[in-house]
Amino acid sequence: MEKVFVLGGGVTKIGEHWSKSLRDLFVEAALKAAKNSNIELRDMEAVYVGNMSSGELQGQEHLGSLMATWLGIPGVAAVKVEAACASGGAVFHQAYLAVASGVYDCVLVGGVEKMTDAVVHDVTAALIMADDAEYTAFTGASFVGLNALVYRYYMEKYGVKQEDIALFSVHDHKYAANNPYAQYPFQVSLEKVLSSPLIADPIRLFECAPIGDGAAALILCSERFAKESGIKPEVEVAASALATDTISLVDRDDLTTLAATVKAAKKAYKKAGVEPRDIDVMEVHDAFTILGVIHLEDLGFAEKGKGWRLVKEGEIEKDSKIPTNLSGGLKARGHPVGATGVYQVYEIYQQLTGTAPNQVGKAEVGLAQSVGGVGGTVVVNILRRVR
Amino acid sequence: MGISAPSVPRVWRERIIKYRLLGSKCADCGKISYPPRKACPRCGSTNLVEISLPKRGKVLSYTVIRTPPRGYLKYSPYIIALIELENGARILAQLTDVDPDEVKSGMVVEAVFRRYREQGEDGIIEYGIKFRPPIT
Amino acid sequence: MKPSKSTGILGYGVYIPVYRIKGEEIARVWGRSKAAIPIQEKSVPGLDEDSITFAVEASKNAIQRAGINPEEIEAVYVGSESPPYAVKPTATVVAEALGISPRLIAIDMEFACRAGTTAMQSIMGLVASSMIKYGLAIGTDTAQGRPRDELEYTAAAGAAAFIIAPHSSENIAYIEGSYSYVTDTTDFWRRDGEVYPRHAYRFTGEPAYFHHIYEAAVGLMEELGLKSSDFDYAVFHQPNVKFPVRIAKRLGFPMEKIKDGLLSNIIGNTYAASSMIGLAAVLDVAKPGERILMVSFGSGAGSDAFSIVVQDAIEEKRRLAPLVRDYIEKRKYIDYAVYARYRSKIKTR
Repeated sequence: MEKVFVLGGGVTKIGEHWSKSLRDLFVEAALKAAKNSNIELRDMEAVYVGNMSSGELQGQEHLGSLMATWLGIPGVAAVKVEAACASGGAVFHQAYLAVASGVYDCVLVGGVEKMTDAVVHDVTAALIMADDAEYTAFTGASFVGLNALVYRYYMEKYGVKQEDIALFSVHDHKYAANNPYAQYPFQVSLEKVLSSPLIADPIRLFECAPIGDGAAALILCSERFAKESGIKPEVEVAASALATDTISLVDRDDLTTLAATVKAAKKAYKKAGVEPRDIDVMEVHDAFTILGVIHLEDLGFAEKGKGWRLVKEGEIEKDSKIPTNLSGGLKARGHPVGATGVYQVYEIYQQLTGTAPNQVGKAEVGLAQSVGGVGGTVVVNILRRVR
Repeated sequence: MGISAPSVPRVWRERIIKYRLLGSKCADCGKISYPPRKACPRCGSTNLVEISLPKRGKVLSYTVIRTPPRGYLKYSPYIIALIELENGARILAQLTDVDPDEVKSGMVVEAVFRRYREQGEDGIIEYGIKFRPPIT
Repeated sequence: MKPSKSTGILGYGVYIPVYRIKGEEIARVWGRSKAAIPIQEKSVPGLDEDSITFAVEASKNAIQRAGINPEEIEAVYVGSESPPYAVKPTATVVAEALGISPRLIAIDMEFACRAGTTAMQSIMGLVASSMIKYGLAIGTDTAQGRPRDELEYTAAAGAAAFIIAPHSSENIAYIEGSYSYVTDTTDFWRRDGEVYPRHAYRFTGEPAYFHHIYEAAVGLMEELGLKSSDFDYAVFHQPNVKFPVRIAKRLGFPMEKIKDGLLSNIIGNTYAASSMIGLAAVLDVAKPGERILMVSFGSGAGSDAFSIVVQDAIEEKRRLAPLVRDYIEKRKYIDYAVYARYRSKIKTR
């Protein structure tokens, strides 16, 4: 298996890009990634596009060919990868496999989501497609609602208060305030979070990742390509692992853990030869505050029912035990669904190369976790600084 | 636009499962699933038998949908609950005839046949099972 | 109009939705005098209900009491004036939802508030001829009253279902006979495509309600050689409280004999289900051997009268499903604004 390196990346600011289309966003991120990697898009052997809802929200599928055309490289191997909200993590996984297999030496991997062309009820309808359409979406459940079921169950099972879980939002906003491409770069108080409108009880508006547009892209290459191009890569992909779980909550024995996170993390830690304590910085998929807490547990940083304590006790701050979501996380950096997993890897790349907006002191190993549905798919990607 | 493309055959195909709550039981690990499966989601066994599910259960968790998907605006806000039926099978369904502040985790509920959605003003009506506090 | 072979009621069930609106709340909105409020309160269907969901629950209760496998039912007749589909039967949804075999005679019937009892009568014929063994007759309605109209105070919602079977000691009641009386009398109608019905005000009384019920009741008693004193209970179609009380008096029934089946003051006029829910309420309390007169009325116009004798099986079967009282007691009051929303009277587009 070939070693896989991240040469560089680029992202768009996340937000309501009224004047930019799906392709505009992707092209912008891809061109930035190429520029930051000192490479020409013409050198790409393949393009991987992560996206969840272009069909539903844009009436556009066949993103591989579309983006290849708009990047000026028609003819390249190109394909869309979809795994609901984990599309970004999953597309990175597929691009990684392509280079690791030795089939391609240099690929562009990106994620894009254009959500704000649709109104909220249509976005809500698109997002619930992450679960079983026939037996979950049929009930009228929203995606927020499914997470609310987990949230309430978690609070009742472990006797945890909402104010302790909602802190995750305050944490995210604190760091987003300093992130130039974050959708909501400002701080919020816990009171503000807890007094925001209910979306799906007990989940409140300020506990939910927002709806936004954005794209992120990375250039991956093999050792051979780097050598032949005279490039000294700074960051290596130490592991990329993907696992699934039942698509719906009804089939789960434990509602408070995402088994796919546990499985993917185990595989990734093993492949990378690391343990949770070796992770210097990470980005977790906190589409809702409760998920942030659960991820801290499932990734091995806290016992079940105690993840919230890490947040409350400052253990996920920039200069503490496990710096988490220094980008602002899904809540405040934003969550352009199919792009998010790629943003996360880009953010870990920034941390490992010392270029992050909220830079940790010294980072050797970083982790990015991407979640699709209510944990139906989880991708754990681990990057390591090349020594 | 909506939850899924309006389709008549799709609703017709599912009617018996949704009207009568059919499920399956794994002969190997004992897991009972709704809807019926060909393979057990817990152990992967293909040794499954179709069964009729009990019409009573208890609420494991619930939420109130205040920002509904397109197609459900008429009913919003409504309650969605994860219900454990008397034989252990779990089902996601709406609670009806009950106010959010009357719902508690653990409360007993019974199945009732109700409307779920309509395919527009002139399209077909989709029915299914919801749950409510028992009449008696 | 007595079949050559006797039939009986093997099971019965009702459904009344949980929501109620008080007459005085409707009067508040329209500035009507309290003295002019015809009934205390009426039932209102929830947003996810219609005459199909009503029919399913009432029928489920009837099957539970009957103690039979739904597959043994060979006919489903549904009487309603408020089907959710103008074209597409209610009977098929009910049958499929309850697991009734597709080897089935199924039809929807419309005759204003009388359709449910005519469904019973038709099923009696099928059973008596041995064409089928068990048949399900349903009266179900979610009636709409035009805002501000007199009928808005009473147009309510409910369903009742009866399983008719060959005469047997298993039955909870024996049907001695029925009698129908029909004329072309247009006292209440709804033209195709219209949401709300219209009516001819006082013309709905003497020439319509009173005349048809009287003739059907008297016709039945004459054919069976019975008089009003032979009956322990009488149930009439109940568009309000005044009409059934007056017809009872005219036919010689004291208040004592009609009070158990007279529910319009607290649930309203449940249209096709009205007299059938009244009959169910009587079956909820009657003793074996007691005789019940039930007479429906449907505008347009016609009445079906039945003489029903309660059998021993009632005692054990009564509790197998919720009683009428259970549904009446379980109620939630809504104001006119919520009522307007639930009945789709508010424009959202």
